[in-house]
Formats: sequence, structure tokens, C-alpha cells
Amino acid sequence: MTENKPNYNIREYLAYLGAVALEDRKAVFVGTGLPIIAAMLAQKTHAPHLLIMFEAGGIGPNLPELPISVGESRTFHKGLIATSMHDIMSLSQAGYINYGFLGAAQMDRYGNINTTVIGDHDHPKTRLPGSGGAADVGSFSRKLIIIAAKQSKQTFVNKVDFLTTAGYLTGFGAREKAGLPRNTGPHRVITQIGVYGFREATKELEIVSLHPGETLEAAQANSSFPIHIPEVLETSPTPPPEYLRILREEVDPMGIVIGK
Amino acid sequence: MSITDKRGVPQSNVLLEGQGELIGWYDPDDARDWVIQNKSSQRKNNIVSIEEAVKKYIHDGDYIASGGFGHVRVSMAIVYEIIRQKKRNLVMAGKTAVHDLDLLVGAGCVNKVEAAYSFGHEMRGLSPASRRKVESGECVVAAETSNAGYQWRFLAGMMGLSFIPARTLLGTDTLNHSSCKVIEDPFTGKPVALIPAAYPDCAFIHVHRCDMYGNSQIDANSVEDFELARCARHLIITTEEIVDEELIRREPWRTIIPFMVVDAVVQVPYGSHPCEMPGLYYYDENHIAEWLDLSRTEEGTQQYLHKYVFGVRSFDEYMELVGGVRQMSYLKRREFLQEPMTAPWRK
Repeated sequence: MTENKPNYNIREYLAYLGAVALEDRKAVFVGTGLPIIAAMLAQKTHAPHLLIMFEAGGIGPNLPELPISVGESRTFHKGLIATSMHDIMSLSQAGYINYGFLGAAQMDRYGNINTTVIGDHDHPKTRLPGSGGAADVGSFSRKLIIIAAKQSKQTFVNKVDFLTTAGYLTGFGAREKAGLPRNTGPHRVITQIGVYGFREATKELEIVSLHPGETLEAAQANSSFPIHIPEVLETSPTPPPEYLRILREEVDPMGIVIGK
Repeated sequence: MSITDKRGVPQSNVLLEGQGELIGWYDPDDARDWVIQNKSSQRKNNIVSIEEAVKKYIHDGDYIASGGFGHVRVSMAIVYEIIRQKKRNLVMAGKTAVHDLDLLVGAGCVNKVEAAYSFGHEMRGLSPASRRKVESGECVVAAETSNAGYQWRFLAGMMGLSFIPARTLLGTDTLNHSSCKVIEDPFTGKPVALIPAAYPDCAFIHVHRCDMYGNSQIDANSVEDFELARCARHLIITTEEIVDEELIRREPWRTIIPFMVVDAVVQVPYGSHPCEMPGLYYYDENHIAEWLDLSRTEEGTQQYLHKYVFGVRSFDEYMELVGGVRQMSYLKRREFLQEPMTAPWRK
């Protein structure tokens, strides 16, 4: 490759790709970390009317700075309503959210996510926080977007140590069979290598676009399961300078999530 | 041959049963009887000291739940008092329990958790103290659930029902390790998750203001506190200020917790420090960073507790130690975006 070294780091790029996955005038249920950054960036750029919802009760805030918790006052700053978790979860269950936005520690080919334990549940090697709102967002979102910042053989696994949040479970039709609402499930998975979607027939992971300078070999080498390749493979978009400026100056000036 | 569950109840149409421990559940008739015998519509002055509230309403082995969310509107004053009184074998609702749970597990007060979101500090990273206790087996995760799952345990409890049906958790290990059951919905024929009611022995909730009876207002998102206040067997309210009943009666639509579910009222200005109290003061990031740093080791954890909990006699003395009026004015300016963001815990 003769690519010039990009003028952004990978976390900035993930935030940018997360932001462009969100359309204006749609509702997004946002989890902690990169998803907040991406939603803020979208709100300050192409999606000023993005309806941001936080599980602790904030709806429609105008985020003035990066909230550290999805329950704090920033999450309903100049918002429409500061309500309850019961309200947010009920609205979500009833169909009011378009996008869910989650991070993932471990994921399989069907987009099933683990954020509970690495190792055995009762004798964990590493105890992680658990579902939080993730299993709920994963159950109720029409389109779930997953940011898996560190794609590797250890994170893209054949079987998650613990299935915290439902992706497509065992494949096509399995969500509905389990009782989850129809027309829901993972839509995109964004990693440091590419953007992935799911094959309609099997609901298995398929690459949609490779980031500039990345290769199919790298995508496959960093996964324990085979990655499907579509007929048309695109290149992920390059962030316009204005997005990077807003991200660095307005969204996360301290580099808490995007790094320095 | 009839199938029964662990408690001997027939399971005619149960498709799946989570293997997690069923914590704090009662038959709704027993729950009603308890309310009838222990709660009263007779208003009385509920104001007590924090020592008294914790002594009277939190006992070793109890199932407890903390209000607010994560580092937001948490009754840290009660958390410190529980540690100070050396309560043991507590079971805690890990309903986005973060700083509160981390300290209580770290201090050895809580050794069993039902986890929705626990052992993490959101963007600040994972919780060294409570993770260490879980990974060593000193603290047991008896059941898993999700945030909606916990929320709806409280909802079922406040409604006097044994469960609430929901379309979350289905197909997951979270459900397999929960106390939920899955049945075929008799209306749709589709599988539906049944989330069992929860009745914590004691809940503690920090509010912006209340009167001496406990009628409480929260000037922010209520998170799970509307339901938690109503399902808990005992409820301690800590409050930034106690106001006259007249003020409550002027705007009754702002009352989120009515007196008849409240057992104790404790006035503790800044009682959520180092957590945020929306509209009043922001997180004390330096203090949280100090905890996150010290709690990396058992010695450091003890050092922190000795300095800020056992080493002070009251919450007022603690406030002096963490910077007093000067620090609180800073945190107030920070809450109103008049001071720049800080992230001292960032590695």
C-alpha cells in the first residue's frame, strides 16, 4: 500500500464511523464510551435532530460536554424529558428506538455479545460489568450497532464465554423463535479493520467495507471464525476535516475516549 | 408426572428456568401482609440520625438496594455509615450499582450480588476492589440480569405481582443465569420472559428535598427510584434539605415518593459526594480517582476506608476532610459547566 499515514487515530475513526451510521431524525439508545462520543459527533454534524435516549431517563438532550455516566445531568441537559428507566425501557420495548449502540468485549459470528465474564461464570478469569442495559438494547433495537474496538482472534470468537446480549443467536429466525421482537437485531459491527453487516440468509457476519489501508487478510487473520465476503466490497469513508475538528475540539477535547 | 421448580411449585407451561438465585422474592399475599403489618397511613415525623437509620433498618444478611444510577444521586452517606457500622453478609442489588457497590464489596460488607451492571465505573474503567473480590470468590454473583430486568423486578414488586412479563433477555446466558422463567405467552403463543418481583429488605435513596414525613422530590431523572421506593420493605430517604410540608403541598405533582413508603428521613447536605447530585454538584473526580487508585490493592482499600470512613465521626467531618465549602463550590460550578472537565483517573 502506498497510503499516507492517516491524520487520525483509530478511536477517532471508530467514533466517526459510528457517527455516520446514525441518520438524522431517528432515535438512538446510547451506551457508555465510544457510543456516546459517536452520538454527540453525529448531533453536532449531519444529524442535528438525532433523538438521543439514555437508559437512566434522559431523552433529547443537547449534550454540552461528554457525559461520564449515562445517568448524569448532562444526559438531559436542555432535554425534552428527564424520565425513568421504566419509561425508556418500555418505549424501547414498544418500538420507539431505531438504533441501539453498544460496545463489545467478545462477539461471535452472529453478533452475540459477551460483556459479563471472561472464563467460567462462577470462577471468572476476568469479571466484567455484566449486561447493564445491553441485553435490553440488543433485544429492542431495530438496528443494533456494535463497536468492537479491538478485533482479534480473542474478541471475534467461535463461542462467546457468556452470551450476555442476543445477536442473531444461532442464525436466521433464532431471535424470533426465542421470543425476541421481530425485525430487530445487529445491523453493523465496526472494528479497527472494517465495517461488517450480516448475511440475510444465515445472519452470519459479512464484511461491508474495509478501512483505508486494511486488507481482507487482516480481517480474516483477526477472527476465529470465517468472515464472509460480499460481491462488492467497499472502502470505509475518510473523515472530513470538519468532523475531526469537532470531535477533538468539542466532543472529547480531553481525549478521554478518543485518546490523545 | 408433574414437574415442579426448586420450591415445589408446579411448572406446567414453563419452557425455561433461569438457574440464578431468586433473591428477595415473596408470594404477593405475603408481601401484602407485610405491608399491612408494617406500613402505616398515619403520618409521623420520620427524621432520625444516620446512625439510627442504618442501625434500625439494615441488618447483617439483608438484601439492600441503593437509589440513583452509577455515580449519580447515590446516598453515599448511607454507604459510609453501613461500612462504619461493619454490617456483614449483605446481598446487594447490582442495578447499575457502581461506586456504592464497589465500596461496600471492597469494605467486606456485601458478599453477594445480583448483577445487572456491577464492578465497573462506566467510562472510568473497571472497579479494582469489587472485581478482585469476585475473582477470588469472596463475593458471589448469585444471579445475572439486565438493567430493564432489575427495573422490572422492582415494578412487579411495587405492583404487588409475582412477576412482570418482558421481551428482553430471551435467548441469552444472562437469562440462563437469572431468576427469570420463560413461558409461552397465552395471548401470542410466543415465548415471553417472566421477571420475578423483588422486595429489598432496605433501600436508601438520596433526594433533593423532602418533608419530615418523607414526601420527596427529585429534580432530575428518577431512574428506578419510583418503583424501588414502593417495593422496598424499608426505605431510608437521605435528603439535601428538609422542607415544610406546605412546600410539598404547593406542587404535589413534583412528589415522586409519598410518605407512607418511607421509614426514615435523614438530612445530609452533599450526601451524594463524591457522586453527582444533578443541578447541585458534579462528581468529585479527584476523590473518585483516589479511590480507584488506592483500591488497586487490599492495603490501599483499607487505607482509603481508614482515612475517609473509620477516621471520621460524621458526614460533616468527612465533608471537611474532602475540601469543605471550597470544594463544594467548585463542584457546583463544575455542575453548571463553569469549570473545565477533568479526568484524573485516566491512565
